[in-house]
Amino acid sequence: MGDVLAIILKRLALGVVTLLVISVLIFSAVEMLPGDVAEAVLGQSATPENVAAMREKLGLDQPAPVRYLSWLSGAVTGDFGVSLTSDERVAEKIGPRLVSTLFLATYAAVIAVPLAIVLGVLVALLRNTVFDRVANVLTLTSISSPEFFLGYILILYLAVKAPLFPAIASLSKDMSLPELLHRTFLPALTMVLVVTAHMMRMTRAAIINLLASPYIEMARLKGAPAWKVIVRHALPNAWAPIINVVALNLAYLITGVVLVEVVFVYPGIGQLLVDAVSKRDFPVVQAVCLIFAATFILLNLAADIGAILTNPRLRHPK
Amino acid sequence: MAEKPEKSVLLDIKDLRIEGYSDEKWIEIVHGVSLTLRRGEVLGLIGESGAGKSTIGLAAMGYARDGCRISGGSVEFDGMELTTSTEAELRVLRGSRIAYVAQSAAASFNPAHTLIEQHVEAPLHYRMRKRTEAQEDAMELYERLRLPNPQEIGFRYPHQVSGGQLQRAMTAMAMACRPDLIIFDEPTTALDVTTQIEVLAAIRDIVDQFDTAAIYITHDLAVVAQMADKIKVLLKGDEVEESSTIEMLEHPKEEYTRSLWAVRSFKRPQKARPGGDAVPVVSVQHVDAAYGQTKVLDDVSFDIHAGMTVAVVGESGSGKSTTARCITGLLPPTAGKILFNGEELPPSYRNRTKDQLRQAQMIYQMADTALNPKVKIHEIIGRPAQFYSGLSGAALKARVDELLDLIELEPSQYYNRYPPELSGGQKQRIGIARALAADPTFIICDEVTSALDQLVAEGILKLLDKLQRELDLAYMFITHDLATVRAIADEVVVMRRGKVVEQGPKDEMFTPPHHPYTDLLLSSVPEMDPNWLSTVLEERGVDNVGEAANI
Repeated sequence: MGDVLAIILKRLALGVVTLLVISVLIFSAVEMLPGDVAEAVLGQSATPENVAAMREKLGLDQPAPVRYLSWLSGAVTGDFGVSLTSDERVAEKIGPRLVSTLFLATYAAVIAVPLAIVLGVLVALLRNTVFDRVANVLTLTSISSPEFFLGYILILYLAVKAPLFPAIASLSKDMSLPELLHRTFLPALTMVLVVTAHMMRMTRAAIINLLASPYIEMARLKGAPAWKVIVRHALPNAWAPIINVVALNLAYLITGVVLVEVVFVYPGIGQLLVDAVSKRDFPVVQAVCLIFAATFILLNLAADIGAILTNPRLRHPK
Repeated sequence: MAEKPEKSVLLDIKDLRIEGYSDEKWIEIVHGVSLTLRRGEVLGLIGESGAGKSTIGLAAMGYARDGCRISGGSVEFDGMELTTSTEAELRVLRGSRIAYVAQSAAASFNPAHTLIEQHVEAPLHYRMRKRTEAQEDAMELYERLRLPNPQEIGFRYPHQVSGGQLQRAMTAMAMACRPDLIIFDEPTTALDVTTQIEVLAAIRDIVDQFDTAAIYITHDLAVVAQMADKIKVLLKGDEVEESSTIEMLEHPKEEYTRSLWAVRSFKRPQKARPGGDAVPVVSVQHVDAAYGQTKVLDDVSFDIHAGMTVAVVGESGSGKSTTARCITGLLPPTAGKILFNGEELPPSYRNRTKDQLRQAQMIYQMADTALNPKVKIHEIIGRPAQFYSGLSGAALKARVDELLDLIELEPSQYYNRYPPELSGGQKQRIGIARALAADPTFIICDEVTSALDQLVAEGILKLLDKLQRELDLAYMFITHDLATVRAIADEVVVMRRGKVVEQGPKDEMFTPPHHPYTDLLLSSVPEMDPNWLSTVLEERGVDNVGEAANI
């Protein structure tokens, strides 16, 4: 296990370096945006004196590398500065939104991941049958439709025509968990529909890819029934690619939710990002981008570790 | 191999026909083969690749691989007709009454489960034993097959166990439900001779002990002679002949069978080193090499003179191919040097001149993977001619034609073809032409015949010999097949665990007294005599063969 720990630590260190590079990219991208932040913030009251005062207040008169370093040293301790539009701390502004988004992502993931893997195993088992084709067509349809379209369809059928779920996922602090789950069911279902196809098809492909292996033939020649061949002999060797796709989709559940949040008026981080961009609230934009980047890096790291842990050669060295 | 009393018929295959799907139509690949097998009897199925041996072996379990189907005839196992049985009925037989031992145990064990977990799968599935009983039984079988640490070895994963041990564990697994019939599909082909002998001994013992009937599939006559009561020879899906092992060895009836026997007859006269102070083409001097921290070569030294063939022999992992990598500069040695015509070569190929690179070429074991399948033959051969000699246009075409002539392939027929359209032997010839295109003085042949059928391999060896005489080439011939060494080598270098154990002219090396390891290698090569295995085991004792040998 010592080897595995060393590999994990190495990946973790690489992840930190990647995050650092991304922070530079984010900072310079915002830096390169046209227009002056101070003017944008001040809007109509942008007299030259006001602008100069504002620039000084925001520290914009400092050279970019200095500002980057002070932003970075703040970010490391969780201090992303002050929002330009509301004078709130950025961390306080993002915090509850992030929690909401994570809640929705977890909700969708808890349904989508097991569903996708079970479906993937089933279609691999029943490959080239009607069930396989129908499952493929349905999931492909759901992945090829835009999220907002899926969202509106679900609202039409499950909220308007058959009023089972609320169309708007507004939250309040004192809701019980069942009520919360009921309220947010439609956005969660939309996300499930969007991510399931990808994971299911990868599970199917990864399993079918292994079916020509000598050890699968051996399992068949030992009299193992078809489901056992797939579940016991193929699936354990197919985890690495499946885990990778699951991680990518989990990251998407957190970072790709903007449209779904807008459709269902869900107070998540995606909406916050859209607002911040339109209002040029750059500290918020930078912080959200950094959180998204960290999400991707962490989940991919988790996928790598998962792939290592499912590889018997690494788990049980000679 | 004593005469057994007549027992009841276990397996009766009549006029079996099997079709394979290719080019969008079904083509018959087994054309009406019949065989009967009595309880406790061992039948050897022998033939070259494409003879349909494995296909027939699997059909005896009512199984056809994807893209194959049983199209006619009958397979009757203990009174049950398999060709008309449902998949569910067949499944009940597999693993319980008929078991299978595959060629590559390393690929046929599931990497995700321990050996014993895979061993107990069938007994648990058929509810024949409880888990603990099945595990105890597995350990007992491991012990009978003389696996080290039988109590513990089952709890390892396949990658933690050596190839020969895996093959024995797979035989143990086949025995788990005490089947009536086991299909052995080339179980020792992928193993070194020293490992093969202990697996053969183990398989023969256990088949005897449980009086299990077996079909033993192989292309190696000497091996099947040790194992089988009777032998059936196949050629391209047809039966050539069948008779008892002794009869088959002493009085083969058909011409084809005799040609299989005669295959090891090619031999060329041995050359001696040029006298005086002739400078060797290649001189490996005190070379050490390592992969990472693991030292794989230790003080390796030998010379190769112009026009001579030096065979480097040893088991897998002995450092033969690593030495080749050092000579070609792919793996810079950590110590020692390589001289070429008396001149020291830079350790890494990156620092060698084009002319130094041109002089040493390589031919690989797997022509299939060594040739780009999407590139035409004339480009494969023409590319090095262009690169090293700067030929182009008509001169290049003339050179490619000349090379194709040299390897005895008609230029007009092969010039524009792709590798997948060629047979294994033809591909290997293209590999040779590619090496010759650079106009080298030295060629490394890395197991060039071990993936080929014996008759085809013989053709390649003859070609290499002809080229050596015409072009005065020096060969470093890496192989684990001592029959090939006997046929073509002038000098022999024996390697073991990264060290040169013994070296010298071939006639001396093959005449006693040997180094104990050379002796072990030589005596492990199966001979046509059906009593060979018993004799060797008697001489050495069952516990002193192969990996366990004390030398």
